[in-house]
Amino acid sequence: MLGYLTKRLIQMTVVLWVVSLIVFMMMSFTGDPVFMVVPIDATDAEIAQARRILGLDQSLFVQYVKFLTSIFEGDFGRSYVFRQPALDLILQRMPATLEMVLVAMALAVVISIPLGVYAGAHPGSRISKTIMAGSLFGISLPGFWVGMMLIYLLAVQWGWFPSSGRGDTVEVFGMRVSLLTADGWTHIILPAVTLSLGTMAILLRITRAGMMEVGRQDYMKFARAKGVAPRDVLFRHGLKNSLIPVVTIFGLQIGDLIAFATITETIFSWPGMGKLLIDSIYRADRPVIVVYLMLVALIFVVINFLVDLLYTLIDPRITLK
Amino acid sequence: MSVQKQALLEVRDLKTRFYTFAGVVNAVDGVSFSVGRGEILGLVGESGGGKSVIGFSILGLIDPPGKVDDGEILFGGVDLRRKSEKELQKIRGKEIAMVFQDPMTSLNPLQTVGEQIDEMLRLHSDLDGKARRARCIEMLSDVGISEAEKRLNNYPHQFSGGMRQRVVIAIAMIAGPQLIIADEPTTALDVTIQSQILKLMKQQVREREASMILITHDLAVVSQMADEIVVLYCGKIVEKGPKQDLISKPAHPYTQGLLGSIPKLHDRQDRLTQIPGTVPDVRNLPQGCNFRERCPFAQARCAEEEPEQHALDAGRSVACHFPLEQELAP
Repeated sequence: MLGYLTKRLIQMTVVLWVVSLIVFMMMSFTGDPVFMVVPIDATDAEIAQARRILGLDQSLFVQYVKFLTSIFEGDFGRSYVFRQPALDLILQRMPATLEMVLVAMALAVVISIPLGVYAGAHPGSRISKTIMAGSLFGISLPGFWVGMMLIYLLAVQWGWFPSSGRGDTVEVFGMRVSLLTADGWTHIILPAVTLSLGTMAILLRITRAGMMEVGRQDYMKFARAKGVAPRDVLFRHGLKNSLIPVVTIFGLQIGDLIAFATITETIFSWPGMGKLLIDSIYRADRPVIVVYLMLVALIFVVINFLVDLLYTLIDPRITLK
Repeated sequence: MSVQKQALLEVRDLKTRFYTFAGVVNAVDGVSFSVGRGEILGLVGESGGGKSVIGFSILGLIDPPGKVDDGEILFGGVDLRRKSEKELQKIRGKEIAMVFQDPMTSLNPLQTVGEQIDEMLRLHSDLDGKARRARCIEMLSDVGISEAEKRLNNYPHQFSGGMRQRVVIAIAMIAGPQLIIADEPTTALDVTIQSQILKLMKQQVREREASMILITHDLAVVSQMADEIVVLYCGKIVEKGPKQDLISKPAHPYTQGLLGSIPKLHDRQDRLTQIPGTVPDVRNLPQGCNFRERCPFAQARCAEEEPEQHALDAGRSVACHFPLEQELAP
């Protein structure tokens, strides 16, 4: 276990370093950030001064070495635009994204797994066919369209939910949380539903495939011969046996949603970190982008690690080496 | 042995069919037999003979496209076919338990052996957690697993094949069923383990005065274990009777063929006798006797008329126009 952890930590460091390197290189091709900062009528002297203040007058290599050394001092750089620490900017907006992803994933799991188990256990039935047809829509309809339709119908036409923004928040441990207020919930439902549809459909299809596979196993019939009720056979004996691929995809999807909830956040004007990323890309705000992508890489690595741990909890035959 | 033993299970004219795309398969076609209390019945036949289907039919575990179409399954005088699924769940495991063929696949790989044995008691007894645990440990040592208490927390993959089958037997026995249906219980095991497991099963069944249906393709196994033997061919019973008589004086050529293919320890044989040909396509059975094309004694009548089951002496019956009469060499 200790050896596994060490290996994982080394892997993680390498991944983060490579990400920082790639982003640094890429950003040097995307235009000169100085012009995003100085006024249009700035003189050459002003531009040169701004360049010096931002540290952009040095070579890319020197900039990168500086960036790395300051990371070890706990300084992740400052946004060119906001003149604030880049990490703070991101962390301020992170709770909003995290809670939206949390609700979306919870929705996806609660709905997709029972439906997937049912569809896998009764593959020929009409209800299963309806479920599977529905999941095809979930996979193929683009999120931005679904989001706009939800706003149009549920917010504009019928006025059941607000169309945008985050609603009332409560401060918990220094984070602004909207899940503790009724107003917050009315605001989060539509974006969370929009965000969850794709994941829901994928998880459903994977659960179904797993259950169909497991349904043919002897231990399922043996469980029935023991007198276990059909529903318990499915959920107690079947589901856990088909969970490994579901958990894998679940982990990847969480990472995906956290990192790239951008479209949904834009449609619903959700003040999350996805929107910050887009704005920063427009402004060539390299420090924010670098830190953002490194953070996303970190999230992916951590989630994958947790998924590996989950494997061992699900299946005693799997050990971490 | 009293002739008028009260039957625990009586199967009458059971018909189980599978409605597949390629046609209707009469997997079990009008089978009748009975199992007395404390009796071990051997169901023998080649693969594809409908043996397993009989077992699953009794428990009501035939899945679509299969269906029990006709017949009665009287268990303690009550027809199981008239029971609801809920009522059957109380009978499965508690009254009638099953042992499957392959212990590598019949245990859930993700649950400890303890959980899987305990599940039976949770379903079929009122014992509390502590008492159930004690019962599980006792049962596991009963089937010959040492350090039972420690082994309860192990997973199936930590057991060998023979050990797993012992666990399966423990699961089958623990709720005190009156009838065990053992479907090829030793086929997937090493030969050396086979006789241990058979001995264990026989001992467990006898100790608890339970009955057993032993489904197998192996007449040698049945001759060690069974009191009564039923020989199946293409979903029909071709011969049944008490073990001694049936083995020493087979009346059906098929039974004789099966007996001939058992290797004998003291005879020097270069090659075992085999039954020529293969089992006919069950979707497209020949007219007349199903065995006719493989039968060395077939005559014109066998091609026209399907033989009916008719009684011989001493509780025996056979479905053959020309039953054998000669004594088989001992």
